[in-house]
Amino acid sequence: MQTDEIREEILDILESIAPDEDLSTLDDAVNFRDQLELDSMDFLDIVMELRKRHRVQIPEDDYVELASMNSTVTYLEPLMKDIVKA
Amino acid sequence: MICSAQDDQRIVITGVGLTAPNGDTLSDYRAALLSGKSGVDRYNIRYVGDTLAGQCHFDELKYQKRKELRRGTRAGSVAIYCANEAITNSGIDFPNVDPTRVGVYIGVTEHGNVETENEINEIKAFDYDTKVWSHHHNPRTVANNPAGEITLNMGITGPHYTIGAACAAGNAGMIQGAQMLMLGECDLAVAGGVSESIHTFGIFAGFASQGALAENDDPTSASRPFDRDRNGIVVSEGGCLYILERYSDAAARGAKIYGELAGYAMNSDASDFVLPNPEQQARCMTMALDRAGINANQVDLVSTHATATTSGDIQECEAIRRVFGDSKDTLVNNTKSFIGHAMGAAGSLELAGNLPAFDDGVCHPTINVENLDPDCELAGLVLNEPREKKSVDYILNNSFGMLGINSAVIIKKP
Repeated sequence: MQTDEIREEILDILESIAPDEDLSTLDDAVNFRDQLELDSMDFLDIVMELRKRHRVQIPEDDYVELASMNSTVTYLEPLMKDIVKA
Repeated sequence: MICSAQDDQRIVITGVGLTAPNGDTLSDYRAALLSGKSGVDRYNIRYVGDTLAGQCHFDELKYQKRKELRRGTRAGSVAIYCANEAITNSGIDFPNVDPTRVGVYIGVTEHGNVETENEINEIKAFDYDTKVWSHHHNPRTVANNPAGEITLNMGITGPHYTIGAACAAGNAGMIQGAQMLMLGECDLAVAGGVSESIHTFGIFAGFASQGALAENDDPTSASRPFDRDRNGIVVSEGGCLYILERYSDAAARGAKIYGELAGYAMNSDASDFVLPNPEQQARCMTMALDRAGINANQVDLVSTHATATTSGDIQECEAIRRVFGDSKDTLVNNTKSFIGHAMGAAGSLELAGNLPAFDDGVCHPTINVENLDPDCELAGLVLNEPREKKSVDYILNNSFGMLGINSAVIIKKP
């Protein structure tokens, strides 16, 4: 997956986790928690969805990397580079 | 005896919120019961396939955001809808009610089967890899879930829990709420029962294996308690929660009172896992009458538990005969013939549909009785058409469940 495809995938996951949010105004540089109503269970949902959809395993120590869209995509790029977008 | 209690020990119903397969408000539900409108429909659930069920159609987004719906359970959603509707119906100024003094007491037949089945189905697609088992499973399946979801949704910080009481749970929730009010543990109780059971295939498969799952080409004719040609239970979902207050508090705020809890009782058969025991059922009704301080012939209407199983129907009729004799003044009806068996919600829903009889004096019928089982003959049985009484002053509501749990509540006209 390329950078923009990973971003698209994260957006898709966010849409299912936070269906009441308007994601069209999401600022990739700002922490998710500062612009969306997300709690720790929601972040676990992101981890779970990546595991289910792409078998990507994210160790607990790395959860901090999922703070914003930019940090998430940067973190996932090496883990998802060989995954072909369905 | 409750009948002679001080005003702060008398418990009254001041609000009703419900969702049934044939109505999402008390007025719509009552209208359906008086017009013979069933809520049973065709239904399909994994592994079992095509079957029948009573499904609710309330607006889930009326009181919940989509995210809350996604995170919670169906039972929680039913409970939240009913609790909010009941509060609105009570006319109480809820934003100014002390949230620490509100208690939530919700009867459930079972809870957690739906979510566990869902998760097992999910991990099946991953070769049973438990790493994809949801972190939401535990908060969804803890036994207090439906009551807890109400507190989260409504900002209630008083006590909350569920009462596991099989199919006596609707009555049990109400009794628990009343007792907590009498003990001074809360000033306002949200109490009754809910059920999400149609979303677990296990309950359908279990009843089918027991030879107790209804089948019928016409879904609306499938639930037929007391009919010779019945063939089992129609499983339904639903909820009915009451706002209970002490009479002194309700009167002080000029609340509309739907009825007063005149008597109640719960007991156990101690005789069989599934088969009922008319001796103990009769004792339960008698204990409720004693607590109310009234005689059996003062009860105008008996709302039966009968689920359309041969043994259950006949044994309950036997129990009613033991308590009420051949009284023609005591009318007897059954709500499951309209909505199926709403499990944890059954007791409270079945009572709710009869409460308007205090105002209009009409006893809704038991529908779908074409050939009355001779063993279910009762002098006051109201079949297929509503029957009017000069006055309805007392209603006795039966609710029984597996493992031999019995409950009866008696509501007095306000």
